[in-house]
Amino acid sequence: MTRVHDMGGRFGDGPVRPEAADAPVFAQDWHGRALAVTLACGALGQWNIDVSRHARERLSPGDYSRFSYYEKWIAALADLLVETGVLSEADLQGKGTAELHALAGRALQAQDVAAALARGGPAARDGGPAPRFSPGQAVRTRRPAENVLMPGGHTRLPRYAAGACGQILRLHGSHVLPDSNAHGLGEAPEPLYAVRFAASQLWAHPEHPDDEVVLDLWQSYLEPL
Amino acid sequence: MPHDLPDHPHAHLPPDPALRVKALETILTAKGLVDPAALEEIIDTYQNRIGPQNGARVVARAWRDPAFKAALLADADPVLAELGYYGRQGEHMVVVENTPQRHNMIVCTLCSCYPWPLLGIPPGWYKSDAYRARAVREPRKVLAEFGVALPPETAVRVWDSTAEVRYLVLPMRPKGTEGLDEAALAALVSRDSMIGTALPAAPGQAQP
Repeated sequence: MTRVHDMGGRFGDGPVRPEAADAPVFAQDWHGRALAVTLACGALGQWNIDVSRHARERLSPGDYSRFSYYEKWIAALADLLVETGVLSEADLQGKGTAELHALAGRALQAQDVAAALARGGPAARDGGPAPRFSPGQAVRTRRPAENVLMPGGHTRLPRYAAGACGQILRLHGSHVLPDSNAHGLGEAPEPLYAVRFAASQLWAHPEHPDDEVVLDLWQSYLEPL
Repeated sequence: MPHDLPDHPHAHLPPDPALRVKALETILTAKGLVDPAALEEIIDTYQNRIGPQNGARVVARAWRDPAFKAALLADADPVLAELGYYGRQGEHMVVVENTPQRHNMIVCTLCSCYPWPLLGIPPGWYKSDAYRARAVREPRKVLAEFGVALPPETAVRVWDSTAEVRYLVLPMRPKGTEGLDEAALAALVSRDSMIGTALPAAPGQAQP
């Protein structure tokens, strides 16, 4: 059905605890290291952002809930490095070799960091199917909120918005489809829309009759009403 | 890509998180896969150079310059690119404007998507389970926890960042700021006001 990360609307989490505006960017030194190692490994080019998100979502529900934010990052990174064959389990156990790796030539160098961050990873693509919907049009989302290409696969349709009726707010253009790209099935770009839903479509007890939630949803997640 | 494994390889690393990162970094560095100087550069970038001051500058300019604001709301990417605000986790930006009728608020329920070039690395609360779970269902209760109470005539629109589009809230300009220049206006714009969990400070007030 779904995975532990898909928590929108869940009950029981208690209050949000804002921290001071001047709190450090990285509460612990290792948080910054975890972020930097993850970004640097991404630059090796062995996976894309959708694979990387799915790796965090695939942590066992127990680990996902127990781990702090950057612990999830590091655990998912270690898993990905082994799954893609960059490292071996023996490496992680400290029993590997320290020889120069075949991918060492791709390692991100300090002088290239600024350019790599500036380049980012745009998800917009030319091509793909023509837009089927226009702003103002009524649509319904897929239900259940599951990846139809891969059982238990990555998807960006949250469970709370499955089978909900909404209205197209805007077309963002054609974007890489995570449901495909996370599984090595190609980028399969599709029109991506901002879709608005009345809170009463999503929740049994909305706080206010005029409140809304907007989600970015791919064309294949939607059907006309 | 394999996806569910019986055992997760990460379990081979030491349990303490700081040691875990250190162990992985050491293994990767020994094999030439990671350059420690590049790690320092990444950390320095997000710790010291890219942060909410970027977004605050955009908001202040939009408050002072109607043509800039119109262009920003219509198609943010080229406008932001001209100011040098683009790149990782800000490749596709949309700016949404607060009005007396509508208050906007940003969340990512599925992970922690956030406009890095404009706001830097997200604060802990933005990445917390409580915010991710509750912002979409009870935004007004969450706002109250930030000390924000909206009048009943203001509707809340919560944006769940489910794709690679990143959102920035353009808050309403506080009253009594008519004569202020861009720098003085930017000083009123807190990070949280651009996420939609705070309102900008009034002149003479400390930033919340």
